[in-house]
Amino acid sequence: MHKLNEMKLSFDSRSVNEGFARVAVAAFAAQLDMTVDELGDIKTIVSEAVTNCIVHAYRDTIGTITVTCAVFAEGVVRVTVRDRGCGIADVKKAREPLYTGLGGDRSGLGFSVMESFSDRLTVRSRVGVGTTVTMEKIVRGKAR
Amino acid sequence: MPVTVHRKGETVAVCLKGDIDHHTVPALREAIDDAVSATPGAKTLVLDFSDVTFMDSSGVGLVMGRCRLCRPRGIALRVVNLSPRDARIMAMSGVRSIAELGERSQT
Repeated sequence: MHKLNEMKLSFDSRSVNEGFARVAVAAFAAQLDMTVDELGDIKTIVSEAVTNCIVHAYRDTIGTITVTCAVFAEGVVRVTVRDRGCGIADVKKAREPLYTGLGGDRSGLGFSVMESFSDRLTVRSRVGVGTTVTMEKIVRGKAR
Repeated sequence: MPVTVHRKGETVAVCLKGDIDHHTVPALREAIDDAVSATPGAKTLVLDFSDVTFMDSSGVGLVMGRCRLCRPRGIALRVVNLSPRDARIMAMSGVRSIAELGERSQT
């Protein structure tokens, strides 16, 4: 694919940054022709991934979350969300719908929503090292 | 507080405003639960999503938690005016089996 542009953000794993991250990525991705719905899908994907970092990876601490976003001439947005947190012991189980390692009002739908709203999702994780989630969204745009 | 509360008879309606995510849910949860607690004899809780500008799966957790609050008290839960995206996320949870969900009418 032909990469047109790329950006990288690093920020603390504070919940107030969830809104910042999704709006910043959406603003960058919007340089591709896309519909409001497609932009909304990207915001949802980013929000879920960043929340996972805050709630799970850095559960008892504040760490750094790094988000990269690249746009491609073929109408693809690729978002990578990386943490250096606790890692996921069983990625397959974590991706099961309604699975949550936490109680309270967590729905356990984070990965399911990311999968549903993206066209490709990969999760790489090592316990004690961190997790990298990469998502691709194909945008068809307003003209198509 | 990012909600407005209306009471009519045995119904308490809470209109949510702004973004619903992991950051905003604690304040919303407290406001909704306070509205229910302050309405003795309520039979129906309506959560109105008309003014919700964004929601991720944290909103599902918020609704599921309110179901758990309402059921033992005999209070029915209705979630109204969901955007199509929010309705899609809600549907993934199966929450429709324990709460009545309604989408926004298209203009």
